[in-house]
Amino acid sequence: MSAVREIEYRDALREAMSEEMRRDKRVFLLGEEVAEYNGAYKISRGMLEEFGARRVIDTPISESGFAGLAIGAAMMGLKPVVEFMSWSFSLVAADPILNNAPKMLYMSGGQFGCPVVFRGNDGAGGQLGSTHSWCVEGLFSNVPGIKIAIPSNPYDAKGLLKTAIRGSDPVFFLESERMLGNKGEVPEEEYLIPFGQAKVIRSGTDCTLASWGRPVHFCMEAAEEMQKLGISCEVIDLRTVRPLDIGTVVRSVKKTGACVVVDQSWSFGSPGSEVASQVHRHCFDDLDNYVHRVHSADVPTPYATNLEQEYLPNARKIAEAVRSATYNL
Amino acid sequence: MAFVARRLFPVCTDYTMTSLSNPTAGGTSAPGSSQSDVHAKVYGDAEHLQIPAAAAHVSTEKMLDWFKQMLLIREFELRCMQSYQEKKIGGFCHVYIGQEAVAVGCTAAVEHKDPIVTAYRDHGHALARGMDPRACMAEMFGRIGGCAKGKGGSMHMFDRDNNLYGGHGIVGAQTPLGAGLAFGCKYIDEVIEGKANSRVSLCFLGDGALNQGAFHEAMNLAGLFDIPVIYVVENNGYSMGTAIARGTTMAHSLITKAAGYGIDGYVVDGMDVVGVYADMKSIADKCRATSRPAFVDMRTYRYKGHSMSDPRKYRTKEEEEVFEKHDPIGRLEARLKAAGKLTDESLKAMQKDVRDTVRDAVTWSDESPIPPMAELYHDVFVEPWGPYTGSSQPQMNGGTANQPSMRTIDTKEELS
Repeated sequence: MSAVREIEYRDALREAMSEEMRRDKRVFLLGEEVAEYNGAYKISRGMLEEFGARRVIDTPISESGFAGLAIGAAMMGLKPVVEFMSWSFSLVAADPILNNAPKMLYMSGGQFGCPVVFRGNDGAGGQLGSTHSWCVEGLFSNVPGIKIAIPSNPYDAKGLLKTAIRGSDPVFFLESERMLGNKGEVPEEEYLIPFGQAKVIRSGTDCTLASWGRPVHFCMEAAEEMQKLGISCEVIDLRTVRPLDIGTVVRSVKKTGACVVVDQSWSFGSPGSEVASQVHRHCFDDLDNYVHRVHSADVPTPYATNLEQEYLPNARKIAEAVRSATYNL
Repeated sequence: MAFVARRLFPVCTDYTMTSLSNPTAGGTSAPGSSQSDVHAKVYGDAEHLQIPAAAAHVSTEKMLDWFKQMLLIREFELRCMQSYQEKKIGGFCHVYIGQEAVAVGCTAAVEHKDPIVTAYRDHGHALARGMDPRACMAEMFGRIGGCAKGKGGSMHMFDRDNNLYGGHGIVGAQTPLGAGLAFGCKYIDEVIEGKANSRVSLCFLGDGALNQGAFHEAMNLAGLFDIPVIYVVENNGYSMGTAIARGTTMAHSLITKAAGYGIDGYVVDGMDVVGVYADMKSIADKCRATSRPAFVDMRTYRYKGHSMSDPRKYRTKEEEEVFEKHDPIGRLEARLKAAGKLTDESLKAMQKDVRDTVRDAVTWSDESPIPPMAELYHDVFVEPWGPYTGSSQPQMNGGTANQPSMRTIDTKEELS
């Protein structure tokens, strides 16, 4: 019998890394403050003690350097896990993570791959201001050659991270500072979650809500509110945006006839716009309304609490979109 | 074997200051046209330009081999230029003519198991590392017989069997990778296999890359983590059309940059293959023994433009002639002839041999098929999903027990 236990999102991440490091010596962790400090967000707490300084490596604040170093090591056949304290900081490592990792296999005609996982906090943390609140999926999902996972809960975080580490391709793993303390059921037994498999986390008949990462929780809140109005929402957690399991969304929309996509990145040229486009294409005759989208406001992330709250996707905005999409305004 | 480290200047030397105060050292008396004056203009100092009196002790066989390799690279590059004019080669193409001694001498100074990574002027390194000239030429022709099946091009030469890790097109991008390769070797040997690391990595860069942030981050990490990577700056005096002193501080003494990272710096005459070999052998041996990085200011010169479209307006014919007089191939030819190891006849035979090899590479590349359209979606990911058909050599990184899969795919567009 599987033991039911609840652990935090950060613990799930640590378990995934630790299990894979026990399993495979090629796996190592590097990043800022991951070792002696026990992780800026305590994700890697205790890992230095277990694995030693050769496998849990503190780096200087030097993203371009250590991201590139990890890629070189991956070309040698190793499997680095690189922690970005924040994905916002990955922008100074744009060349290695976008020009090297995703293209190495292709440019070398299949000779050298990059089995590297880059992971860290993505999205608004809470009054961190404009430079520290990036949702990089808006930028990076445009690039072929990388896989992008954005788990919304501890169970998915662990299963997807293990898959990411065990795989042979570069993965961008997008966590959220705001979810690290979230608790959820995670079995003791080992499990992996394949990429490209969305999960229907709430069944409904009137409107499909498609999202990933932290906004999934806002979708659930909104669905609860809508239920009170008699609008039944089906909520889908896509879990990975590359690969994108559009099939699960399409099947749902064919049933509901309405769709709202919720994406924390900016709207212009985003994963959200991609999902909407694909739903329009595949459900052209099934939709009763155009696909509605809820994104962060198209402005730099503000600092003031009230502005930041209004800036981000939230349950109220999602509820409004559902009512509009289902003609219940 | 004893060798003479004639022009090997450790970082603590006062050579820089001496040379600055004595800009004509080692040169002739004619101002403006002397070898040392020209070198002083290009590199900021002239000290190292004195023609070495003593040769390192290397066998005649080795020297003849290097000589032939340099001949091959030069002939190959001349045919690249021709093929570019004939539009058989597209995009950007940067030829290595003038710098042959660097790739040949450096490659000879390390072991085959030592990884090498370089920038976009990479044909010479590929050939010196042992890449089949056919595969190198066919890559530029965009043919399936190319080293990367025609998907990389001139700037992206990769050769797994010969431990060549690219060919990288973005200036300086390869420098953190070079640290990563050496880090990887050390990790594999020491952490996984529990034995002493025995590999160093060679990372070539141009003098233009000295000003990229990635390079400085890589140097800091290499110094900090005891990573045995050797940064060989192929200092040809120009980053594209910008003379080195216009683009970097301390251009007359680049090794001071290494000193800032606690890394040993050396100045090597890159126009003399025997000297390059001897100096690099000594540097590589030290890095291997101490597991420490090194930095080499390798003074060289490219005879041709930065790329095929560069008219070289930023320098004089006289300057080019000075370097051509001390051509690495000419210098070794003279040395071998003086020693009675090369005759006009044997030279001709060698030249013919090299011409035949390159002609064959061109013919073979002409005949190599263009890549089939199936290659478009191949080698994007190791693990197949959606429109992506995996990779030819998925075993290289160990594969995976859990193949991620995409459940609903009707067409390629769906996953774009």
